[in-house]
Amino acid sequence: MQKFIIRSLQKIVTKKNVLQERCELVPYECDALTAFRALPIAVVLAETVEQIQEVMCFCQQHKIPVVSRGAGTGLSGGVLPCEDGIVLSLAKFNRIIAVDLQNRTARVEPGVRNISISQAVESDNLYYAPDPSSQLACTIGGNVAENAGGVHCLKYGLTVNNVLQVKIVTAKGELVTLGSQALDAPGYDLLAVITGSEGMLGIIVEVTVKLLPIPECTKVLMVTFDSVAKTGDAVTKIISKGIIPAGLEMMDNMTIRAAEDFLHIGYPIDATAILLCELDGTLAEVEQAINEVSLLCKEAGAIEIKLAKDEDERKLFWAGRKAAFPAVGRISPDYYCLDGTIKRKYLAEVLQKIDSLSDEYQLKVANVFHAGDGNLHPMVLYDANKPGEFERVEELGGKILELCIAVGGTITGEHGVGVEKLNHMCLQFSSGELEQFHALKRAFDPDGILNPGKVIPTLHRCAEFGAMHVHDNKLPHPDIPRF
Amino acid sequence: MLNLDNSKQLALIVNDAIKNKQPLKIFGGNSKSFYGPKSKGEPVCVAEHCGVINYQPEELVLTVRAGTTLSEIESILAEQNQKLIFEPPHFGAKATIGGAISSDINGPSSPWFGSVRDAVLGVKIINGQGEILHFGGEVMKNVAGYDVSRLMVGSMGTLGLLLEISLRILPLEKKTITFLLETTEEEAIQRCSQLNRQHLPLSAMVYYNNLLYIRLSGNIASVNSAYKTLGGELLTDNNFWYSIREHTHPFFYQTGTLWRISVPPATPPINDLDGHWLIDWGGAQRWFISDMAAEVVYAKVADVHGHATIYRNIDSIGDVFHPLTTSQRHLHKMVKQAFDPHRIFNPGRLYADL
Repeated sequence: MQKFIIRSLQKIVTKKNVLQERCELVPYECDALTAFRALPIAVVLAETVEQIQEVMCFCQQHKIPVVSRGAGTGLSGGVLPCEDGIVLSLAKFNRIIAVDLQNRTARVEPGVRNISISQAVESDNLYYAPDPSSQLACTIGGNVAENAGGVHCLKYGLTVNNVLQVKIVTAKGELVTLGSQALDAPGYDLLAVITGSEGMLGIIVEVTVKLLPIPECTKVLMVTFDSVAKTGDAVTKIISKGIIPAGLEMMDNMTIRAAEDFLHIGYPIDATAILLCELDGTLAEVEQAINEVSLLCKEAGAIEIKLAKDEDERKLFWAGRKAAFPAVGRISPDYYCLDGTIKRKYLAEVLQKIDSLSDEYQLKVANVFHAGDGNLHPMVLYDANKPGEFERVEELGGKILELCIAVGGTITGEHGVGVEKLNHMCLQFSSGELEQFHALKRAFDPDGILNPGKVIPTLHRCAEFGAMHVHDNKLPHPDIPRF
Repeated sequence: MLNLDNSKQLALIVNDAIKNKQPLKIFGGNSKSFYGPKSKGEPVCVAEHCGVINYQPEELVLTVRAGTTLSEIESILAEQNQKLIFEPPHFGAKATIGGAISSDINGPSSPWFGSVRDAVLGVKIINGQGEILHFGGEVMKNVAGYDVSRLMVGSMGTLGLLLEISLRILPLEKKTITFLLETTEEEAIQRCSQLNRQHLPLSAMVYYNNLLYIRLSGNIASVNSAYKTLGGELLTDNNFWYSIREHTHPFFYQTGTLWRISVPPATPPINDLDGHWLIDWGGAQRWFISDMAAEVVYAKVADVHGHATIYRNIDSIGDVFHPLTTSQRHLHKMVKQAFDPHRIFNPGRLYADL
C-alpha cells in the first residue's frame, strides 16, 4: 500500500517532490512542540493548486490522512504527522500574488512568511498588523490555521480580524473561496470558521489580508512595580480609562532576571514586575497617551516609569520580552509553557494562586503575560531527568489551566489545541459542545482525513492534562523569538 | 430594566419542534423582518429572554441575553462612556441584540472600528438537537475549538436559537467632528482611498450629491491635528449620521428596490448600474436604488469582485442575498445539517435550501 501511495503521489507532483527516505522525513516529524514526534509515509511538496486538488482527491478516495504544514513553528503539535498518512507541505507556495494599494490588501500564497508581507509594502507606508513573535519564520497559511495573535492584537485584532478572503481545497479536492475581496461576504461566515481551525477543515491555498497604514509615531514605556497587585491595577486603570495601547506586556521578577542575565538590557532586576506599554498613532495622540498612562501608573503605585528615548532603546526594551522564553530556558534544564487566558481583573489573584501552587508542588514558575488581553504564559521550570518530576509538572500545569477556566477564561489564547491540549478541551467543553464541533468537522471533511485526531477530543479520551514541554531549551530554530 | 431568563421554556419549545418536525420562525423585536427572505414556521419570540448577565466596564466585555434591546444596551454602556463597536442600525425601537447579531447589520463606523463579527467573543445557543451549548467566552483571545460564535453572525437564525452573546466593547471617543468636501463621486472614492492609507482617526465616510462627509473620532489631540491638516467645512446637522444609519435620509425614500452593494472600497463608480447611489463606508458599502433586474445587478457587482443584497422592497422570486457558487452552496448545506439536522430553525430565511 505504501508503495502504491508513493507512486501515485509521484505521478501527481513528480518524483522530486515526494520525500520518502527516513532522513528526508525527519525534519517533518514535529513542530516547535518537540515532545510529540512521528514519521509520515511521505511528504508531498506541491507546487500548484491543481496538484493539491489532485492529491486531496487521491487521499479522499483511499482514506489517507493528510496533515498540511507551513513553517512548522506551531506550539501545540498541530502538524504532528500521522504514521499512516502524508504531510502536505505548502512551503513552495511562497509568492505574494498581488498588492492592491488602493484597497489596502495583499493577496498571497499560504507559504509566504508573516514578516515578508509587511516588508513588501513598507515603502508604501503600509503593514500587516498581526505579529506573532515567530513572524520571521511563520507563514500566513499557518497564521490563518491557528488564528495567530501577537503583541499588537490588543489594538489591531487577531488574524481573524485582519483577513478578508481565504481559498481552500476541501477534503474532496474542491477549490472554494471563503470571504471576499470586499469587507464582508454573503452567507455563513465560513472564513471565521476556517480561521483557527488548525488544518482540520481544509487546505489553505491563498489568503487575502488587510493592510494598515503605519502609525506616524510609536513609543514604549517601561514601568516598574514592587507588587503584582499594583501591576494588575495599573493594567485595569489604563484600559478603563479608554486607552487601548498597541501592546501591554508584563514580566515577573524571575523572567526579568533571566532576560537581563541573557541580554543585559538594563531591566530593573529587583522589580517584582515590569509593564511594557506601547502607544502608537499620530504624534499628538501618542504624547497625550504617554502623559495619561504615566499618571495612571503613578496612581497605581509605580516605582519608576521610563520612556524609551529612541527607536533603538524601544527595540531593546522589547528584545528582552521577545527573548523571555530562551532566557528562562537558560536557567532551567526544562520548562513547560502554558497559554491560558483570563479576564484582566483576575491577574493578581491568578498570579497569587500560581505562586501557592508553585510552593505546593515545589516547582518554580516564571511568568510573562500579554497583560492587555489577559493571555498568560506561565513557564514551569523542572528537570526531566529527575524521576517523577515531569508528572508533577503536568499536574501543576493542569491545575493552572483549571484555574483559568474557573475564573471564566480559556485553556488556549493563541497557541492552539493541536495534540497538546486535547485533554484540556474536556475541561472547557461539555460533551454536547464537543459533539457539535465533531459535526462541524464532518460538514467539511466527512471521512475525517484532514489532520485526524487533533483539536477536538473524542469523548472517552477526556482524562489527563498536558502542556508545552521543552527539553534543555532545545526548541527547533531557537534563534526565532517566540510568543 | 427587564431581567428574564426564558432559556428553559425556549429549550422546551425547540425540543417539541424537533419531536413534531415543526419549523420555527425566530424573532426578537421584529425590526428586521423586512430584511432577507421570509421563512415559514411557528413564531417563537426571544424578546422576553432579556437582561444584562455580566457587564464589566474595566474588562471591555458585556454579556447579555439575546432579547435585550439595543437601546437599553446602548444606554447602559453610555453611562460608563462606552459603546458597541459596530454602531448598530436599529430600524425600530424594539430591535434586539440577538437580531443585530443574526442579521449582521453594521453602522457607518464598522470599516474602522469593527463589525459585529469583530465584537462577538462568545455565544450560548440552543442547537438543532435541542441542547444548550456555550462557545467562546468573555476573553479577548480564545482559540479553543472552532469559532462557532462568529459563525452565528449573519446566519439569520438558521443554525440555532441565540440565547446569550458576549461582546467586546469600546470606550467612547473623547471627540467627534464631521466636515464636508465638495467633490464628484469618482474623486470622492479616490479621496477615501487616500485617507484610508494614512493613520487618521476616521470613523465614517459617506458621499452623496456632490458632498463627501468625513467623520473623525478619537482623542482630542488626534482629531484636532487631523482636522487641521484635512480642512473642510464643519457639519452642524447632528442628525446626519443617524439618518444614514437608520435609513431616514431622503435618499432612502426614493422609489425602487434598495440594494446593498459590498465591493472593494476603491472600486470606481459602477456606471453600468443605472439608478441612485449613496456611497458609504468610504466606498466599501454602497446603497443603490433601482428597478434593474436582480440577475443583472448580481452579475455586474460580481464583475468588480463584490456582492449584492436586496435590502428593502423585495420584489424578487430568486435569492435575496447574493447567489453562492455551487461549492459554497454545498458547504453551506453541510454546515446547516451539522447544526440543525431537522431543519427547525428559520428554514429559507437566508437561502431557500438552508
